Amino acid sequence: MTNTSENRGKCELALTVNGKAETVRVYPMERLLDVLRQELGLTGAKEGCGEGECGSCSVLMNGKLINSCLVPVLQAAGTNLTTIEGLAEGPQLSALQAAFLECGGAQCGICTPGMILASCHLLDKKPKPTLDDIREGLSGNLCRCTGYMQIFDAVMEAARRSPA
Amino acid sequence: MTEAHIIGKSVPRKEGRDKVTGAARYIDDMSLPGMLYGATVRSQIPRGVIKKISFGSQFDWSEFVIVTAKGIPGKNCIALIGEDQPCLADGRVNHPEEPILLLAHADRHVLRKAIEAVSIEYDSLPAIFTIDESERCSQIIWGRDNVFKTFLIAKGDIDSVWEKADYVVEGEYTTGAQEQLYIENNGVIASFDRELGITVWGSLQCPYYVHKALMALCNLPAEKVRVVQAETGGAFGGKEDYPSMIAGHAALLSMKSGRPVKIIYDRLEDMTATTKRHPSRTHHRTAVSKEGKILGGEIEFMIDGGAYATLSSVVLSRGIIHAGGPYYWPNVRIRGKAVATNGPPHGAFRGFGAPQSLFAMERHMDRIAQVVGLSPVEIRRRNFLKPGQTTTTEQTVREEIDLGKLLDRALELSDYRAKKTRFSRQNNAGPVAVPTVDPIKRGMGIAAFLHGAGFTGSGERYLASVVGVEGCADGTVRVLVSSTEFGQGTNTVLCQIAAEAMDLPYDCVAIAQVDTNQVPNSGPTVASRTAMVVGNLVRSAAIGVRQTLIGSGSLSDSYSPEEFRAACLRHIAEHGQLRSYARYEAPEGVFWDDEKYRGEAYASFAWAIYVAEVAVDLSTYSARVEDFVALQEVGKVLHPILAKGQIAGGVAQGIGFALYEKVVWQNGRMQNGQMTNYIMPTSADLPQLRVFFEEIGNVHGAYGAKGIGELPMDGPAPAIVNAIEDALGTRFDSIPLLPEDIFEAVFADGVADGKTDGKR
Repeated sequence: MTNTSENRGKCELALTVNGKAETVRVYPMERLLDVLRQELGLTGAKEGCGEGECGSCSVLMNGKLINSCLVPVLQAAGTNLTTIEGLAEGPQLSALQAAFLECGGAQCGICTPGMILASCHLLDKKPKPTLDDIREGLSGNLCRCTGYMQIFDAVMEAARRSPA
Repeated sequence: MTEAHIIGKSVPRKEGRDKVTGAARYIDDMSLPGMLYGATVRSQIPRGVIKKISFGSQFDWSEFVIVTAKGIPGKNCIALIGEDQPCLADGRVNHPEEPILLLAHADRHVLRKAIEAVSIEYDSLPAIFTIDESERCSQIIWGRDNVFKTFLIAKGDIDSVWEKADYVVEGEYTTGAQEQLYIENNGVIASFDRELGITVWGSLQCPYYVHKALMALCNLPAEKVRVVQAETGGAFGGKEDYPSMIAGHAALLSMKSGRPVKIIYDRLEDMTATTKRHPSRTHHRTAVSKEGKILGGEIEFMIDGGAYATLSSVVLSRGIIHAGGPYYWPNVRIRGKAVATNGPPHGAFRGFGAPQSLFAMERHMDRIAQVVGLSPVEIRRRNFLKPGQTTTTEQTVREEIDLGKLLDRALELSDYRAKKTRFSRQNNAGPVAVPTVDPIKRGMGIAAFLHGAGFTGSGERYLASVVGVEGCADGTVRVLVSSTEFGQGTNTVLCQIAAEAMDLPYDCVAIAQVDTNQVPNSGPTVASRTAMVVGNLVRSAAIGVRQTLIGSGSLSDSYSPEEFRAACLRHIAEHGQLRSYARYEAPEGVFWDDEKYRGEAYASFAWAIYVAEVAVDLSTYSARVEDFVALQEVGKVLHPILAKGQIAGGVAQGIGFALYEKVVWQNGRMQNGQMTNYIMPTSADLPQLRVFFEEIGNVHGAYGAKGIGELPMDGPAPAIVNAIEDALGTRFDSIPLLPEDIFEAVFADGVADGKTDGKR
């Protein structure tokens, strides 16, 4: 990469996204959310508030749930990221994706990628969660459409179907 | 043959797969080659004259595209019902955040800094911010008297009832502004081409509203304006009128630059500049007999419309028609008034005036119960509308609705009586001020209400919606409507209806992308009208396609999908295309008088009884809903999961309206335009929302459906506040009720200092 004015101040970072090694040339303090969406074309993570309140930009970084609008991309260097695009295997939806679809967990869909990743994170920690675990586990992700009930149903259903 | 009855089944959401995989494309997920980013420079003051606009020397402004009111090729207005709202302020501003100037640049980050480098000098004018100030006309800011619209509903002889009354019960109730808070902020992309004209893609509810506004603003003929809806991340009314403004801004920048322009609001801009629910004030004065029968009453309903008229007249209309609730009023006079203030215009939000006037009605019913000495249950039961009786607009109730029975079922589902008795005993176990006493007080509250589906009165006749259904050569069917999907399930339900009408599998039916070049105007996606009104037209058009094939002998009365495909292919080979259109026609014998506001206000009403169980913690003064029963009659439930999801979502917004969501105003500007300080319910704040249906059916709706979208917004707030009063014995007549509001009222009531035991 030449040091044109376009690239001044940018640096090269390596990260693994959905199992694939990626190298991006970015400003180190750019938001991870913008890098995912604009550099890598992964638009599943959404910006709802830009201040870590709504959780629409949630992704998993080394298995931890983070708000990608609050993380400078520099901090993601060398990490393993999972976005909503990384959950399905080909046409096969993940158990959570299928349950969200069947139980009415997605209405307008804008919070759905973040909500599903938060649910992934929850089920990873607690494969058989109680309703209170789900309420608590998803409380960092806002949904304005569903009143959350069918999201709870979806998480319960996915947990029920998974071998534990 | 395919299996019968797709109606009533919870088939998969049409666009659901794309939503759970992240493949769905919302407006900010799209970009066009050579695209610029656009931004809006806004007024920092509520009212004044613009003296000077200067551009800071730190930028080379030749790099920017700049548009002011002077650069508008057509009319400087957002054409809607009226034309009073400018697209860009021209010399004068009438509210904070009013758009003044537009900028576009290739770099988003540079653009953000550039906005701050534009400074505007004003001569400030005195401004007004409340309904009271506007009514007093201390400043005239709109028209001759600050009044956007008034309505009067008069039934019977109200002046004669007062002397017959055993009780006259008065009360005044207020509700605050509420932000729609869709999680996807507003956004559009506009692209201008000399040949094709202007194309706009956006997050929006009403493509033909945007189309109309752009024709006037850009001075372009209809065929040179194209509006396409992108996947839309929630709307709730909040994307009914304001997208016309944003589309206008992007279009102006694109016309000037010759390049595509994207405008995406951030959360702060979306919350502070765009529309909210109208704040309201309702005064009730009711004549009641000693048996608890309403003899008559006067209702005055006022809403704050903000600086421009926009949709206020229609919100006012729905507000006054719902103001009498589901009760029989032999005599009534309802006056409505929408007034101007120097805040951003208030607009559409789920319920559209009804949640405000029904809050007042249902609080007032509890007040009447207390005065008369009846229970909240009994006072409602004695006044419920019955089949054959007339509403306040003298519309005869023709459906076999039994509200008493609905009430009984809701009481049973919520275990109302046992809980009310138990809470009353526990709440009075000792004086509140004694620390050892449980600080948690519990109460039960009811709300009974109705919600009219479709446009009011002759509205649907004026709209004259058109829908199309197309049979394609591959044997699939496309539904052509301008009705938009923004979470409610439009795509799914309309495809179900077409599939059912054509006796085809659900998977054979798809919905066309909403694009004004492709789909007819089936009206705006508002007013709980889509499933009922548009759905019925989809059914007619679908039957039209089927009849065309049967009539031409290509298809027999009963057929397989394969036979249908072969028939489509044959028809298209011969005739080019296979389409059927249906246009709305008002049912016969429906009478509505726009002047007197009398007659059939709505083709059908949905009916509901909601019961809330609320706990108030007198150590923190926070109220929490612990159980919620939402029982409603909504005609035929077309899709149980979608219907339940709509109700639960609306109830959650209603809980927010009552207990969490407070817009803090200062000089007409929202001070808490962030998700950190404007609080909506999270998953940890809500109880199990228990949703139940009764299905009587509806002769006017597709397969018996009624409108369902707005209904659940009406009941939660009064049910919750009634429960809080039941818990504390303190009167609450205003929402929202945040802990500080509860504290103030309880303190004023003398409960907090231990003077009473919690009862007045």
